[in-house]
Parts: sequence; structure tokens; C-alpha cells
Amino acid sequence: MNIRPDLKIICDIVEPNAKVLDIGCGEGELLSALKQTKNTSGRGIELDQNNVSKCLAAGLSVMQGDVNTDLEHYPSDSFDYTLLTHTLQVTKHPDLVLKEMLRIGKKAIVGVPNFGYWRNRWQLLLNGKMPVTKKLSYEWFETPNIHFCTIRDFVTLCKDLDIKIEKRLAINSANKIITFSGSGGIANIFGEQGIFLLSK
Amino acid sequence: MAEHNKIRITKPLKLDSGVEIRDFDIAYQTYGKLNAAKSNVVFVCHALTGDQYVAGTHPVTGKPGWWDAVVGAGKIIDTNRYYVICANVIGGCMGSLGPKEIHEATGKPYALTFPIITISDMVRAHSLLLDELGISDIFCVIGGSMGGMQVLEWVAKFPQRIFAAIPIATTCRHSAQNIAFHEIGRQAIMADPNWEGGNYQLEEKTPTKGLSVARMTAHVTYMSEESLEKKFGRNLQNREAVTYGFDADFQIESYLRHQGISFVDRFDANSYLYITRAMDYFDMEREYGQHLSEIFASTTARVCIISFTSDWLYPTVESKYITRALNAVGADVSFLEIKTDKGHDAFLLDVPEFTNTLKGYIENIAKERGI
Repeated sequence: MNIRPDLKIICDIVEPNAKVLDIGCGEGELLSALKQTKNTSGRGIELDQNNVSKCLAAGLSVMQGDVNTDLEHYPSDSFDYTLLTHTLQVTKHPDLVLKEMLRIGKKAIVGVPNFGYWRNRWQLLLNGKMPVTKKLSYEWFETPNIHFCTIRDFVTLCKDLDIKIEKRLAINSANKIITFSGSGGIANIFGEQGIFLLSK
Repeated sequence: MAEHNKIRITKPLKLDSGVEIRDFDIAYQTYGKLNAAKSNVVFVCHALTGDQYVAGTHPVTGKPGWWDAVVGAGKIIDTNRYYVICANVIGGCMGSLGPKEIHEATGKPYALTFPIITISDMVRAHSLLLDELGISDIFCVIGGSMGGMQVLEWVAKFPQRIFAAIPIATTCRHSAQNIAFHEIGRQAIMADPNWEGGNYQLEEKTPTKGLSVARMTAHVTYMSEESLEKKFGRNLQNREAVTYGFDADFQIESYLRHQGISFVDRFDANSYLYITRAMDYFDMEREYGQHLSEIFASTTARVCIISFTSDWLYPTVESKYITRALNAVGADVSFLEIKTDKGHDAFLLDVPEFTNTLKGYIENIAKERGI
């Protein structure tokens, strides 16, 4: 199956037959992949009508809704995994979203773009300009990304929230996996994004 | 007068009002073939002024059925694949037991002696129809507006019989505004001297004016302000200037008058009173004495709820309420709000985002059901 590398990694982490909630599920790429490879029972939340339409037309169960306001309507412990990829940075309160994810799901898998990636550091340092890269492709004035963090920041936040990190991985620009422990010295420089398996 | 296809229900049915009915007719149409496993039934629920003629040519009006664009061979609800059933609601006027039918005990039309009915009664009557037809499971129950209310009742009453449910542009309770508009319609009918206290059939009269005003009022609630502006604006009807009188100077007036008059030819005034009343009484939480999520607690159906942005009759917030209730009990629920300026009636009109989604969704759940 040809899917985005970070989604592939998440597919590998998820146990077979699990019940998953993909928050900000886009066109349902991850939900479809999980259904196919892990026989999961999946649900999604997605803000964009066209994306929701595509999901429904593909037979996925998706609710049009807003991550910022709709998570509270999900019952506790109703999913094995809650998933969030490339979405945390657009939420109003990332810390609350993480807490909600672990209330709704037994475990959470979060993929975050790493602002500490060396190209971002380089652009800011050398050009004195807000970084614009392939993964973070917006100019500062139009970006929906209102809460950037680095891999280190994310690890710190989890610690502050008493969230256990069961697995931590980073992916570099060649889509190679960088394994790391702690707050990821090398991973925080060469990882374009971080992927974390979290539990309470 | 066309003969409607009917079945006689001999089992008694105790209505919510307490009145018991028995030996009554349900008029229904079927399209396609029932498969050997009896697993391909799509039950379509019609709206207030709809009827069982969902596809093909309507025998009374000579026009295409109300969802002919959706139901048919090779269409979204593909009659080559599914066995589609659509039945006239009780209280209706296309052959099912309703106020215009002759009361066998008196030999006269029921008129206002007809018992008050509810949405729940309509659904229970139709479940008796399915029993008569030997069908226990529904693959998909679908409907818009009052049809959507019936869909919700199907899910609540028969949680294990339904594989999928698609309530469209609907609500789980009628709002004050909804009741208000219906009351205007009913008062218009009853103010027509030809209504004759409901006995117009005996007097061989028709409350044409009253019923068409009711329809005109209701029709405005089915459209959005934006679509009215787009379609009519302040355009004049076949004239260069206003006439300084009360003729239909404006296109919107002429359009509404046409809507009113053509409605009278196919609809019974007393039916209109009874069905609007059933809708006004619709309030699932009051009916069951439970929160909506508790009502849906045992359903195994996958539910796909669809609303339209410009629908101010049953706005999106109503659909969201239903969605959240289902979500709260872990039901397999999807929700989509379609952006359109076509108002409440969007579910009857050609809105590609809506029809394409519906097509894909039904196809995929059919695959899962093994149809």
C-alpha cells in the first residue's frame, strides 16, 4: 500500500481489530489503511465538508466537526486509540486536546511537525525569516498552524501533563525513522516530524 | 382515479392517542426485486406532502415521482440491486388509512372523526406492513424532513432490524417556529368556508383557497432567502411595471400561487391537518421520557445524518443534536452538513455534493452487508 510514511508508521503501531478515532481525518487515508491492514473499526472527525463527503463516499464513518469543540461529546474510554496527525498545531488548546484524546481513547498516537527541524532553524537563523518548508508550507500571515512545537517541547508538555510516552519516533526528510529516547537531541534536529504513542 | 396498490392490515394497532385501529389499508409501492436472503430492502420514508410514488410516473399527477432522480435502475438507490419499498403514511391521502377514506361503520368519510396520529404511529403501521410482506430486516431506511423523523423512529423502535439509517434534513423534535408555521397552514384551511367543519367531501366542496394558502406558507419555509433572491428577486411577472393593484405582479407571487393551486389537485385538506399535527407532536425525548442518547442506546445500525447549511426549517443544529446523542452511546454515526443555498428542499433537488456522497455511502455499506 502506498501511503504517507507517517501514516504507515501509525498503521504498524496499532493493534489488529482495534477501535480507532482519527481526529482531523482528512480524506480518510489513515482510516482506510487501518481498516485494510489491521481490520480496525474506525471513526473520524473532520472539519472540511469536501473531505467528509469523500470519507462517507468511501464507506467510512466520519462526523463533520471541529476538534476544538466536539471532543467533549465523546464518551470516556470509548476507543482503543485516538489518532491525531498534522493537526495538533492548528488546535486552540493543544494541551486540552491531548488530555481529551487520552480520556476518549485508552491510548493516543500523535504525529507533530517538528519546528526544531534543522531547515527551520537554518532559515530563521540565516535569513531571519519565518521558516517555509515542504512540510510547513505556509507563509506566517496565512498559516493555520497557530501552535508550533519542537519534539523537545512536545516531550516536555507530556511530562507536565503526566502523560506516559510509550513509543517515540522521528522521521527525517528521506522518510527514514530516527529512534530516540528522552527529548531527542538528534531527532529534534533531523526529525521533520515526531510520532508518539501515549498513554495515561 | 388511480387504484393504489394496497394491503389490508388485520392486526390491531393501538395509536398513541389510545384509539385502536384494525383492518386498515396501507398503500405502498415496491421497486426492484427482493433477493433470496431478503437482505436488500431499502425502506424510503416520505415527507409531509410526499407519497408512496417515489420513482417512475406518478399516477395522479402524471409527473415523475418525488425522488425519481435518486431511486431507479442504475440510480443512487439502484433498483437493480435493492428492493425499494415506499408506503403512504397513515393519515395520508394516497390510499393508506386517512381522513378521506370511508369509515365502514358510518359509510361516510372519516373527516374529523379520524383519530389523531403520530410519527410513531406511522412507523408502527409500516412495520405491520413489513410483517405482512414477510420482511424482518431493513438494509437501509432513508428519508428527508418528516421522512427523516420516521427514520429516527425506526432506529429507536427497531434497533436490531436495521442495518443502516439515513435521516436527512430533519429533527428529533418540532420547534415552536415549526409548530407556528403549521398552525398558520391549519388555520388557513379551517378558515375556508368550503372546509365545512371538515365535512367538505359530503358537501361536495373543496377548501381550495385554504389549502393553497397553507401550501404557499409552507413552501416559503422550504426555501432559503438566498435562493428566493436568486430565483425571483423583485422580478415582475410578464409585465413592465407594477400595476398598482393586487394581481401577482411579482414572479414570487405567481410562483407561490401556482404551487398552492397545483397542490390542491393532489392533496387532501384534512390529511394536511392530521399530518402537520403528527409532526407538531413529534418530540422523541418527551415521547420516550428519556434523553435521546438513551433512546438510541441499543441500536446496532450505522446512521448517517445529513443537513443543509441553508435549511432554516430544521437547521444543522438539530442534526448535530441527534449526532451527538448517537455518538454518546458509541453508535456508528456519521454526520455531514452540505453547503447549499437551496434550503430545506435541497434533499429533493439536484445537489451534486449530496447525491454523490449518498451514492458512495450506500454502495459501500451494501458491500459490507454483502448485497
